[in-house]
Amino acid sequence: MAVVNPVIVDARRLLCPMPVIRVQNSVAELCPGTLVEVLCTDPGALNDIPSWCRINGHRVVETRCLNDEYLVILEVGEE
Amino acid sequence: MTRQRKAVALISGGLDSLLAAKLIQQQGIHVAGINFFTGFCVEGHTHAIRKKGQEKPKRNNALWVAEQLGIKLNIVDIIEEYKQVVFNPRYGYGANLNPCLDCKIFMVMKAHEWCKQNDFDFIITGEVVGQRPMSQRKDTMPLVCKRSGADDLLLRPLSARNLPPTLPEREGWVDREKLLGLSGRGRKPQIALAKQFGFDEFAQPAGGCCFLTDAQYSSKLADLWQARGSKQYELDDIMLLKVGRHLRPKAHFKVIIAREEGEGNFLRGYRKQYLSIDSLSHAGPFALIDGNVNDQDIELAASLVARYSKGRDAAEVEMEIQTPAGTGYAIKVQPLKPAAIPEQWLL
Ligand code: SF4
Repeated sequence: MAVVNPVIVDARRLLCPMPVIRVQNSVAELCPGTLVEVLCTDPGALNDIPSWCRINGHRVVETRCLNDEYLVILEVGEE
Repeated sequence: MTRQRKAVALISGGLDSLLAAKLIQQQGIHVAGINFFTGFCVEGHTHAIRKKGQEKPKRNNALWVAEQLGIKLNIVDIIEEYKQVVFNPRYGYGANLNPCLDCKIFMVMKAHEWCKQNDFDFIITGEVVGQRPMSQRKDTMPLVCKRSGADDLLLRPLSARNLPPTLPEREGWVDREKLLGLSGRGRKPQIALAKQFGFDEFAQPAGGCCFLTDAQYSSKLADLWQARGSKQYELDDIMLLKVGRHLRPKAHFKVIIAREEGEGNFLRGYRKQYLSIDSLSHAGPFALIDGNVNDQDIELAASLVARYSKGRDAAEVEMEIQTPAGTGYAIKVQPLKPAAIPEQWLL
């Protein structure tokens, strides 16, 4: 099975709601099932991106803190 | 079978837009939300930057509202287009640099465009007649319909019965009798309605939905325009206006001094764009210099920053100056005494 690299969204140094907007614009171009790795520095994104995923039908696979950065991995949902 | 009608709701994140969307949802209309990010929005920026209170990160209220309603939300970046609204508002500014009427017209116009592109039928907002001095008056609310091009497709469910019937009401897509006739600045009916719907923890921003209604913020923005010789800004500029102490010792430069560690970390992110100052001999704040400066100006800026360091009472403190290219050098300065800092320097 081919391994597809996740799409990276670099939202570091951006403050809410810009990380969400970056994710939203990137996800709009992607097929269901694609994994997206979002890197951010605004801790608010750890709430906002999962919240945006819940209302728009995407799945948060993982959230992780890496020193002063945060990583959110999500899977693009149907539609 | 009649098709289900669709409305797009302008979601600011406040209580009124939440209630307006809920009232329409209750009538069987499919509702989606739209939220515009101008760069000036009162979101958790200050909270996100500051170190204090980080254990409880602030939520995005528009997303929270969408979750309560179970609707999709589009957050639209209008930073660039919005500049013309801020620079040249046809209907002028409010008490500060808030161009509320032009802003409302612009947002409804964008929502109307979105409606047409996405095959939605009408637009709803949480506006209430008489609630805001500029954009929510009986005489200016029809102006928003007209100038935005939305005309009678703009429905304000909280105040509908004080306004002429809109197309969705006339066509029977929504029942006007079930809409409200609120007016004025009082909040009691909205709070009672929120309780009835079971909403709590909703946001109630004081003043307005953006920093442009804030007197101090507006004066810093006006100062920026004056210093640059014209009305202009980039997103970084308007973000920086939310952070630190801004002091302008001379017309051609200002100093932005962090007030605490989180602000210092945020300002450090701009080291490649601005000259920066750090304290070497004593603990002290990080600062940026905005403007074209000579050695004398740098010394003055460093003495000013030293005033806010632990070495403020020392005869001399050592500061590090770093250029955007990354070269650094140390200078020794005498911290300015408070009496030597005129009040008008502080923006
Ligand atoms: S407060 Fe700000 S966002 Fe709200 S209408 Fe006025 S200018 Fe627009």
